[in-house]
Amino acid sequence: MSEQSEGSLQPSGGTRQLGADFPLIFEESRPGRRAWSLPDVKVDAPPLEELIPSNLRRATPPGLPQVSERDLVRHYTRMSQRNWAIDVGAYPLGSCTMKYNPKVAEEAAGLPGFSSIHPMADDELVQGALELLGLLQRALCEATGMAALTFQPAAGAQGELTGLLIMRAWHRSKGDVRKRVIIPDSAHGTNPASVTLAGYEAQEVRSDDRGLVDVDALKAVLDDDVAGLMLTNPNTLGLFERDIQEIAAAVHEVGGLLYYDGANFNSIVGIVRPGDMGFDIVHLNLHKTFATPHGGGGPGSGPLAVSQRLEPFLPAPVLEFDEGSERWGWQHDRPDSIGRIHSFHGNFGINVRAYAYLRSLGPEGLRRVAELAVLNANYLKTLIEGSFPTKYPGSCMHEFVASATALKKHGVRAMDVAKRLIDLGYHPPTVYFPLVVEEALMVEPTETESKETIDGFAAALNQIAEEAQADPALLHEAPTTTPVRRPDEARAARRLKVRWSGP
Amino acid sequence: MDFTPHTPEDVSAMLEAIGAPSVETLFDAVPEPVRLGRGLRVPESLDEVELLDHLRSMAARSKGAQELICFAGGGSYDHHLPPVVHALASRAEFSTSYTPYQPELSQGVLQALFEFQSSICALYGMEVANASLYDGANALVEAVNLAVRSTGRDRVLVGSSVHPHYLQVLDTYTSGLELDIVRLPVAEDGVVEWSEVPAEGAAALVVAYPNFFGRLEDVEAAARVAHASGALCIAVTDPTAMGILESPGALGADVAVGEGQALGNSMSYGGPYVGLFATKLEVVRQVPGRIVGETRDADDRRAYVLTLQAREQHIRRARATSNVCTNQTLMAIAAAIHLAWLGPEGLTRLGELCARRTAFAAKRLSEIPGCRVRFDGPRFKEIVLETPLESGRLARALAQRGFIAGPSLGSWWPDLTNCLLVAVTERRTAEDITGLAEAIEKELAEQ
Repeated sequence: MSEQSEGSLQPSGGTRQLGADFPLIFEESRPGRRAWSLPDVKVDAPPLEELIPSNLRRATPPGLPQVSERDLVRHYTRMSQRNWAIDVGAYPLGSCTMKYNPKVAEEAAGLPGFSSIHPMADDELVQGALELLGLLQRALCEATGMAALTFQPAAGAQGELTGLLIMRAWHRSKGDVRKRVIIPDSAHGTNPASVTLAGYEAQEVRSDDRGLVDVDALKAVLDDDVAGLMLTNPNTLGLFERDIQEIAAAVHEVGGLLYYDGANFNSIVGIVRPGDMGFDIVHLNLHKTFATPHGGGGPGSGPLAVSQRLEPFLPAPVLEFDEGSERWGWQHDRPDSIGRIHSFHGNFGINVRAYAYLRSLGPEGLRRVAELAVLNANYLKTLIEGSFPTKYPGSCMHEFVASATALKKHGVRAMDVAKRLIDLGYHPPTVYFPLVVEEALMVEPTETESKETIDGFAAALNQIAEEAQADPALLHEAPTTTPVRRPDEARAARRLKVRWSGP
Repeated sequence: MDFTPHTPEDVSAMLEAIGAPSVETLFDAVPEPVRLGRGLRVPESLDEVELLDHLRSMAARSKGAQELICFAGGGSYDHHLPPVVHALASRAEFSTSYTPYQPELSQGVLQALFEFQSSICALYGMEVANASLYDGANALVEAVNLAVRSTGRDRVLVGSSVHPHYLQVLDTYTSGLELDIVRLPVAEDGVVEWSEVPAEGAAALVVAYPNFFGRLEDVEAAARVAHASGALCIAVTDPTAMGILESPGALGADVAVGEGQALGNSMSYGGPYVGLFATKLEVVRQVPGRIVGETRDADDRRAYVLTLQAREQHIRRARATSNVCTNQTLMAIAAAIHLAWLGPEGLTRLGELCARRTAFAAKRLSEIPGCRVRFDGPRFKEIVLETPLESGRLARALAQRGFIAGPSLGSWWPDLTNCLLVAVTERRTAEDITGLAEAIEKELAEQ
């Protein structure tokens, strides 16, 4: 099978594969082939039959593939070529902050003093790693305007749950059991899902005709049963919630807390801090703002920072510096802690990368990130708004949500625009989110894309708007340059096949 | 160094196109009173030469499996990392890609995840695996939530021999839902007496296989007792044992979860790791996280897509099966490559190496005067060693002698204050094991 497929895939990511289906590694398997190389047992110990009771001994080894190392390398190398990546081209997915990931950070994470250390090693053995976390903790607290932080959350959604459980613990510490958390209708789906998991009821508040939280609608639902408000600022429409002071005052007035979803922190880093806006709890997505690679959808890192009054509730243990011994160490004695949220200390390897990025940029570099991310988004918006208008007037922050509604009369949908973009050599933006914009195209170029790339992307979009009118079939048939074309998602769900189960 | 490509001319031209007088004016929506109005008080920028020197000097002040002979265990292990795994998984097309929302541009990641799901199903004897979760603890939590949803019950019985951190995470995660988590004691031999467990009204029984003490629990009995009461059996299973131990699926478990770090991922001070999650098809709509499914494309070619997304938070929002958004794709890809490198024979050899070298270590360590191996009975790759010394103190002393072992068990079990966990992977030779035993002997002699 592997020999048959040779030459059928050209060596660039976007090429179409002719002939047979791209093989699974299981289909390349041949009994007796092997890649593994492990020692003989070489110790004086009884055979397995004497060590493992017969009812627990595996009768048939698992049906894993049997391939040579050459098979393995070619299979995965070719498969990788069937994939887009930020190292291949721009990835303007709104709300995802797909910026370039510097290679120096990879080098850092691979240093043996970071990559080969055991998570339960004595603090004394890992002082270098703890110092790195300590310095990153200080810098992130400064950048968010918060007092303390935990690195345990492995991703933003886990940070959300951690923050909501802290919110819950804080209210309960005052004998106050509240039931609802308010969320704008433009919020990411993780917000309401985390609210439910934390034992709260999610209550949506609508956006007004500015695309911002409707402050009157918010005030109407605020009462002493509201535990807090979760807000992404700028919001998922790429708009800064300019009424934030009034919002914060109103939530605090009823004894609620403000949670900052850091999904869009990239656009304000160094310019305005969540703490100064009145937020009490902040999660950051280090894989976004701090440029760590997204790995095909993880690993991320979602550290959670809180104001001083919430510090006692952070997950245990907490990293502290002992002035006397000049040593970093984990403080486990935390009677008010909500408890542990991760098996160990969170995604340390990602935090190393984020630290390398932060030290590379420094204060001016971080501010420039926000400035150029916002400049790029506004520039792109200007170039395409003739074809793809935005619903809300004025300038945007790091992203904007354009609409493809104007093309509907030609039978063209946002998804068709996305697929045609692929043929023109670009990864599409996020489509159909947020839900408050019809035929949404949510675009976030990030600060690492050049003017030339944005010009090219805008030209492609404008060309597509013309094609929609002149030749809509071109859009409906797209993409034609990829290894597969418009996979049938309904069939995938209906005739569920989620593993290889033999030829 | 900030990795932005803009020249001053670019910035001017872009501002002119926008019709904005300055970049500053693009931030007009940010109210003046909340603006920072100063530079962030973070350290000044370093060039790449300075940065690497700085990072290397910090890394040099941490000691791990590179400098010390590693017998540390408890959910993170010094297994062999085949160079081919890193070479392939670190390809930028995998590492710098995003969630496969556009399947046409993501067949590489999607197929890799499909192969990962297939291999995890094969290991665990299950019918469906998701595309991974954050870590072992998170996988356990999600399994418990699945059981609670499927049974409509809120009482969960967990063996106290499950990883203590996982149980702490379970307590934290379920505090909002106010589940009744009951910890089952272990008997003198370090395992739970599953046939004695009163399971009436329980949503799930949670058994670790092998457990935190390295012992093999009777998963079959746990499953039998669970099913007799309409509960699910969740087995927290070490994937590296699956070449020699019967799969949890074959033993009757309904959900198998585990930590996948040992499959191709470095210890990296506890993360990023990868949570494994597999179960039976009948509860597929209750499964959390991403699932990749096979389908056909518009030209009838085989293709892979994210499927059953109606379970997930971006569609179902407050009523989703979980709040999980991302997974640990890159770690899952490394695991899939590692498992293909091993194949069935390699995985069997790996299991045999761990089990037999652990048996050798148990015998040798128990010969140290004043020491004994606790919890007698079949085990996989970990030993609980009791010595005359407080085990944290012993671990620190061993580090001075070139060995890392542990964790010490006293912080979770006060009656095990002098007990140290010792893990033996395929990387530990007879010489390493003898060396550890002699180091302990010397340390005890000097007390």
